[in-house]
Amino acid sequence: MGAGQPQEQKTTYREAMREALREAMRSDDRVFLMGEDVGRYGGCFGVSLGLLEEFGPERVRDTPLSESAFVGAGIGAALAGMRPVVEIMTVNFSLLALDQILNNAATLLHMSGGQLPVPLVIRMTTGAGRQLAAQHSHSLEGWYAHIPGIRVVAPATLEDARHMLAPALADPDPVLIFEHGSLYNASGELAPPAAPVDLDHAAIRRPGTDISLITYGGSLPKTLAAADELAADGIDAEVIDLRTLRPLDDATITASVARTHRAVIIDEAWRTGSLAAEVSARIAERSFYELDAPVERVCSAEVPIPYARQLEEAALPQTSDIVAAAHRAVD
Amino acid sequence: MSPARGTRTGKTSPTSKSAKKPEKKATKKAVVNKQSTKTRRPTDRSATGHRVDLLEAMLRIRRFEERCVELYSAAEIRGFVHLYIGEEAVAVGVNEALNPEDAVVSTYREHGHALARGIPAEAVMAEMYGRTTGCSGGRGGSMHLFDASRRFYGGNAIVAGGLPLAAGLALADRMRAHPRVTCCFFGDGAFAEGEFHETANLAALWNLPLLLVCENNLYAMGTGIERHEAQTDLAMRTASYGMVAWAVDGMDVEAVEQAARRACEAIRAGAGPHFLELRTYRFRAHSMYDPDRYRDKAEIERWKGRDPITRLMDRMREDGEPADKELAAIERRVTNEIAHAVTAAEEAPEEPVADLLRHVTSASAEVS
Repeated sequence: MGAGQPQEQKTTYREAMREALREAMRSDDRVFLMGEDVGRYGGCFGVSLGLLEEFGPERVRDTPLSESAFVGAGIGAALAGMRPVVEIMTVNFSLLALDQILNNAATLLHMSGGQLPVPLVIRMTTGAGRQLAAQHSHSLEGWYAHIPGIRVVAPATLEDARHMLAPALADPDPVLIFEHGSLYNASGELAPPAAPVDLDHAAIRRPGTDISLITYGGSLPKTLAAADELAADGIDAEVIDLRTLRPLDDATITASVARTHRAVIIDEAWRTGSLAAEVSARIAERSFYELDAPVERVCSAEVPIPYARQLEEAALPQTSDIVAAAHRAVD
Repeated sequence: MSPARGTRTGKTSPTSKSAKKPEKKATKKAVVNKQSTKTRRPTDRSATGHRVDLLEAMLRIRRFEERCVELYSAAEIRGFVHLYIGEEAVAVGVNEALNPEDAVVSTYREHGHALARGIPAEAVMAEMYGRTTGCSGGRGGSMHLFDASRRFYGGNAIVAGGLPLAAGLALADRMRAHPRVTCCFFGDGAFAEGEFHETANLAALWNLPLLLVCENNLYAMGTGIERHEAQTDLAMRTASYGMVAWAVDGMDVEAVEQAARRACEAIRAGAGPHFLELRTYRFRAHSMYDPDRYRDKAEIERWKGRDPITRLMDRMREDGEPADKELAAIERRVTNEIAHAVTAAEEAPEEPVADLLRHVTSASAEVS
């Protein structure tokens, strides 16, 4: 690559998120970050490390452990013209702010007859895999995807971690960003962006012709690994990263199933009432006559996520589970 | 934190002479700010004119809601309708201290706040009717009145749900160095919610320009304050967060105005959040559905004896002001205004069902 050409650079998911925040705060003085330990501590997951030094305590604002108050304060600040990025440590804790997210953030625009848009971004971690037991390990983003009035996104790649925040901040409505805890240390070459991240469309991460593996967030690496294994078995799997969980990109899913005629949905949430259930229902509604096999789902076991390593691993969707489900659909 | 700041209420006598009997019953250790219950005597015509304005503002709310009772009984308006009758002095007195650029956050018992804030009766009534001309386009109804142009952020039906929102509006002003006040109304029931305490902590911690106005009407829905609060002295409790907190007679519009003005001046000067506990009473049940079995009739009658409207008129008479003549003129004006609002609401168009999904997201705002 010659001089002056955009260089691919080595980075981690964590650094990519941090760089996105830095860019947002540099380019718009209405943007500020608020949450538990985001300032002096540098962020519970290290995402905001160094931002306090650059932007000061007014814009990198440590909050008390008061999820409802600081999420609500984010809503109020957004109504008053600011562009807050609120960090909630985990989706488990976001339940303490669910009233504000659902009854205010998602609802004010409609209840006010269009007068009060809420341009708020809420970031939080989700998912299991780090032996943190039940109250730090659940995947509840599907619950949020149930709610009209908000956008729910899940960056699964370095590129999305780096480039999803800007369009989220540009959205006039509340956007919830779910970052899977197991992705923060993911590292690789960050390609320069070809185009801004499109929050309306799913991404085909691996084209294929034999089966559609539909997933998002922390399950994407496992699903890509499964696709590699399947390729070795002579099965050409297409991997779809939903990327945006609300609104769902029906068109990409439907087009993929029309090509492959088989689908497996991989979702770390519990199967019952999950986003996987929603995607599955939509395939049944829209693509029933395209299907050559029943839709398969790979989800977490219906158990509060346990601490013990072997139990936690058994509870979560693993690459081998995805491969097995694909074989059931194809064979 | 200097103890003087947190114990500001302690300067006043805990057995204030101005505390009337019904208040004593509900709040055993009343901490009423003496100064704020003293009434300023008008010395010139402009003070008289101001009292006339206060009277008109309170009567507008009273007559609007009396009409709502009739319309609800006639099934013209539906949903939950929470009446403010008896509490008018609170909305009117506090609003006098606010500027147009200040923000107001309200609850589901908000007709009074909305009208005092200057939202036309026509827009509020049309909202009760669910019409497109309503101040929330018919999507909010009685409990969710909004008016962005008047910085009226409504209309929250979760008792403490507006408090964090108000802190955020105030935070934005503080970060932008706007010398504005955000005023948040809520009831005594909100004291049992964590959101009140989270917000009080945050507001004091961050020195936010926030006026917390507790309408202590002694009941959280149908549960009396002595049955829902371990400590019924709300001003004292809030002072413990390190903010100035006053308890004021909420049935005296002039006392309310005076206290709110003092608080707003201090907030604008950078003194941080202030809390007013306004001791008031709703003459009607919690909502139109409520059979009101939990209250003693004698208690209601006793409070009706302190009706803020009659009280102001009596005071005007005492001072030799032409209250009766003014009252007749005001009554005519207000009656016409509300009759017009009802007619306009009845004639206003309904939003087509095809527009159902409008305003779910901004992208759907223009869908038709």
